[in-house]
Amino acid sequence: MTTIGKFFRTTAIKLSLIYLAVFAGFAVFLVLYLNSTTTALLTRQLNETVNAEIKGLAEQYGQRGLSGLVALVERRSRQPGANLYLLVNDSGNVFAGNIARISPTLFENVDSEPREIRYRLIEEGGVAAGHTAVVRVFELRGGYKILVGRDVGEREALQEVVRETFFIAGALLVVLGLISWVFVSSRVLKRIDAVSNTTQSIISGDLSRRLIVTGSGDEFDRLALSLNAMLGRIEELMHGLKEVSDNIAHDLKTPLTRLRSRVESALAENGESESYREALEMTIDEADQLIKTFNALLLIARVEAKAPGEVMADLNLSQIVEDVAELYEPMVEEQGMIFVVNTPKQALVHGNRELISQALANLLDNALKYAPPATEGHNGPEPKIKISVANQADETVLTVSDNGPGIEEEARARVLQRFTRLDSSRTQPGSGLGLSLVSAVAGLHNAKIDLQHTVPSTKDDGEDHPGRGLSVSMRFPGLQDMKGKIGELAGTEQPA
Amino acid sequence: MKILIIEDDQEAARYLVKALTEAGHVADHAADGDTGAHKALVYDYDVLIVDRMLPKRDGLSIIEDLRERDKQTPVMILSALGQVDDRVKGLRAGGDDYLPKPYAFSELLARIEVLARRRKPEDVETIYTVGDLELDRLSHTVTRADQNIILQPREFRLLEYLMRHAGHVVTRTMLLENVWDYHFDPQTNVIDVHMSRLRGKVDKEFDKPLLHTVRGAGYVIRDDDR
Repeated sequence: MTTIGKFFRTTAIKLSLIYLAVFAGFAVFLVLYLNSTTTALLTRQLNETVNAEIKGLAEQYGQRGLSGLVALVERRSRQPGANLYLLVNDSGNVFAGNIARISPTLFENVDSEPREIRYRLIEEGGVAAGHTAVVRVFELRGGYKILVGRDVGEREALQEVVRETFFIAGALLVVLGLISWVFVSSRVLKRIDAVSNTTQSIISGDLSRRLIVTGSGDEFDRLALSLNAMLGRIEELMHGLKEVSDNIAHDLKTPLTRLRSRVESALAENGESESYREALEMTIDEADQLIKTFNALLLIARVEAKAPGEVMADLNLSQIVEDVAELYEPMVEEQGMIFVVNTPKQALVHGNRELISQALANLLDNALKYAPPATEGHNGPEPKIKISVANQADETVLTVSDNGPGIEEEARARVLQRFTRLDSSRTQPGSGLGLSLVSAVAGLHNAKIDLQHTVPSTKDDGEDHPGRGLSVSMRFPGLQDMKGKIGELAGTEQPA
Repeated sequence: MKILIIEDDQEAARYLVKALTEAGHVADHAADGDTGAHKALVYDYDVLIVDRMLPKRDGLSIIEDLRERDKQTPVMILSALGQVDDRVKGLRAGGDDYLPKPYAFSELLARIEVLARRRKPEDVETIYTVGDLELDRLSHTVTRADQNIILQPREFRLLEYLMRHAGHVVTRTMLLENVWDYHFDPQTNVIDVHMSRLRGKVDKEFDKPLLHTVRGAGYVIRDDDR
């Protein structure tokens, strides 16, 4: 399709053309109406003039007889801009008048009302020009007939003016229409082209592009804002997907390679059945670890995509925390750590027990891993893990804190991503997925995550050790807020 | 124990048949949904192992069909999907237990042995006895050689679960699911610490240990003399 063809297919052009046609039609109607009414008015005036003249002449004839009438007609015929006159007797002989030649049929009938005829006016030099006149034939007493007519030149001149005005106005209308049409459509087209260009570049892979928001708050801005929000979500999801595949490529291939080379070298060694057995056992361990990592990745991806199917219910967070704490308590104590669990009687959240429990378990696993080992002779700080639940004004906060090495400020956002293992922890076992799951679970529950340097304060030691320790908080929205949101959602689903 | 495996992966099925036979069971195999449903209905098996995704017929529909015809053979569902709601769906369809793929054979074996026993009448016993250890479910008391053993509530439930399946291996995952109601595996081996505490109370003061660790599988409570 050509550019012009494309131009004419745009909505703006179509709309402009329709408006132009409607206005033009309206204008034509107006002009025609005006024209016909003025014409009718002028025709009536002409008729009245002709009738009045005949009436006057008939009166003169009655008073002064034929000769008086002839003299009057002769005089009036010679006046400039005179009417048409012709006085004949019943045998057709002309007595007076300014008409040189006339069709005899004109006098066959006597008119009660004036009618229009075509005639030729002989100008100076003998040139004849076609004219139209309103004429009436009137019979006088004694068999005489008189024709009085009036040229309609004035009426035609007026019609001419109206016609000209009409054409000028019409041309003006079209020009103005074209100008506004070009202005509006180019503006609209520009915005729409911008949208489709951006969309094209997004389709071709640049997901970071966004539509331009001019700030005028018009419908284009509103459209751009919602499209941008949608693009943001898509980019987020795509990013997650890409991250997962990158991670699979990078972090799952490494252990797979290790596993493969172990099996290969066991085969190559040609050793005893005992060494085969050992290699196979290690292979199973490695495979189990791989499966765990894989499951964790899938779970995170699923939770992050907010996939439906997770059962959400109103839960007592304190109960969840106490259950998990009960599971971990022997472990923590065996490691020689102080374990403090501080929960109110009730702390309601809307969520999934299994996922919150798993997130908490991950936090405890981390705390166990990184809290300083119990030292003989109490040289360092005593290792401590504290779990607390607090009901705050509009949120319920679950905090797990330890007095381990903590996480530096600049690394905090990074540790929430998948497979992030800070250099300091490379030597520790783990997949680097623990905190990512915590972050994903928090996201599912609309909870915020807070990482801070604070050392758990216990009754026997309330002092802070700035720069050491890590506390991770999950700030769950208050149940009242959540209920409001869920109510809204349920409301929108109902048929209107 | 007679076991029917409904599984379309020939390799996996052959391996399962071989391993189950080695464990002393009689294993039968059906490679598609229709054959499996037919066999499960006509013959009497102690346990069915059903893959969720099968050619010709979905695993869940086989189970639903069996239950509708009042066939109560215990069913273990195997699935590659392995998510929480998937598990719930499987159990709702009438499955008795659920194991996501890939699984350890020791886990599967432990679970189907427990499944097969579930219907047996001793399940309603109020007193479990292993050697000189006795657990009374009604009075919540545990005695060994007539000595009272004081247990925390969770330790009691742990011992109760072990004793209900006395002589059968229970895995750590089974303990987490049945005693704590969690379906995830903590990174640290928290169960082992609980077991060692329980051991301290049940076995430590006595000559003969009843709680045994089965390497690579889990735990078993058993009186070795019998």
